[in-house]
Amino acid sequence: MTTAREEGLVTCRTCARVWPGTAEACGRCGARLSSRDALSLQRVWAWWIAGVACYIPANLYPMLVTETLTSRSESTIIGGAIDIAKHGDLGIALIVLIASVFIPVVKFIAIAYLGLSVKLRSQQTPVGRMHLFEVIEFIGRWSMIDVFVVAILSALVQLSVVASIQPGPAALAFALSVIFTMFSAKSFDPRLIWDYLPTRAGSRAP
Amino acid sequence: MTVTSDVPRADLIGCPNCDLLHRAKPIAEGERAVCQRCHTVLIAPRAAAYSRALALSVANLILVTAAVFHPFLEIHAAGIVNRVSLLDVATSFGTGALVVVTVTSVAMILLVPLLRALLLAYALTPLALQHRAYAGARWAFRVAQELKPWAMTEIFVIGCAVALVKVAGLARLNFGPAFWMFIALSAFVILVDRSLCTWSIWSALDEAEKKPRRQPARRVRQ
Ligand SMILES: [Zn+2]
Ligand SMILES: [Zn+2]
Repeated sequence: MTTAREEGLVTCRTCARVWPGTAEACGRCGARLSSRDALSLQRVWAWWIAGVACYIPANLYPMLVTETLTSRSESTIIGGAIDIAKHGDLGIALIVLIASVFIPVVKFIAIAYLGLSVKLRSQQTPVGRMHLFEVIEFIGRWSMIDVFVVAILSALVQLSVVASIQPGPAALAFALSVIFTMFSAKSFDPRLIWDYLPTRAGSRAP
Repeated sequence: MTVTSDVPRADLIGCPNCDLLHRAKPIAEGERAVCQRCHTVLIAPRAAAYSRALALSVANLILVTAAVFHPFLEIHAAGIVNRVSLLDVATSFGTGALVVVTVTSVAMILLVPLLRALLLAYALTPLALQHRAYAGARWAFRVAQELKPWAMTEIFVIGCAVALVKVAGLARLNFGPAFWMFIALSAFVILVDRSLCTWSIWSALDEAEKKPRRQPARRVRQ
């Protein structure tokens, strides 16, 4: 078993076609080629820091501002989930908590772990780390649920004097945090996980 | 699938996730070829793949158009009724820095799914009809694949369910018929998107470009 790089070739990560090591763009799909993205980890960390930085105000400022005839209330991400739970809809409260708190936090930790493991040239559990990478790429977008909820409610609840709902500043911070973290995961080159392993590691009999 | 350097380069397939080289072999429909080292699925051909993918893009088109024009949520409170369509939702962040959120919401709910549907239809129609590929078909397919994570229709559907519960204390919220169509089509889109074998489509695009151009019937003057 050999890798494309060991053969002096470069693989297109978009269409899986193999090209001579000197090629700059894929002759089939046009994607830019790089045997290993040297700046991959730097970009991962830059987006990661931006994502974490936006996630903090996203939790401190109100996501929704609700005004009714008699009252005005502001709710943060976690406060909103607690309100839903108080209404008795534990399932929906759980969805909100998972999408807005659990997924982003797990994603921050997982990307940091992947970045560090590659930096430290870890040889442990490459298949497990590969799966972890696939999972965070898949679940990251689901965090957008809360942003869409705010958009739906703001459009819907405009009943003149009776009630109105406005998006708070946290909506912007949270949307940016999700987008930056998606960029962070996308910048990660999973081939780095395998580079410090002997080619046979993790393989089944050919 | 051991690889030696005498295999022609066109017959090789590189794992996009771990760079391991494999020799590409045509496999039966419904079977899957996975990377020996990291188990990434490399090839997974399906029966009637192009017709499926075309159906996917048509479903996407219907979904987006319907959702834009039909009010799919309505709210009742104190005798006042308000109905909204997707366009209203996507443009609800009106002021200041929140415009950024409007733009991204519009893009993720409407523009990106619409663009993907058009690009897929452009790239795959000739394949389904067994014609020569259109100019730029490869570019169209690549861009459609790159846009995939940014099309968030199914996430928006879940958002609607959460919104319903959130206003429960404030007003009564109803789903319009367009909403149920929205759900059905989203499920369909997820299923077909998951079954799309990119390797098969790239190979088919290669083949389809080799086909001769269809010559316009030439009149011979006498
Ligand atoms: Zn390519
Ligand atoms: Zn692999």
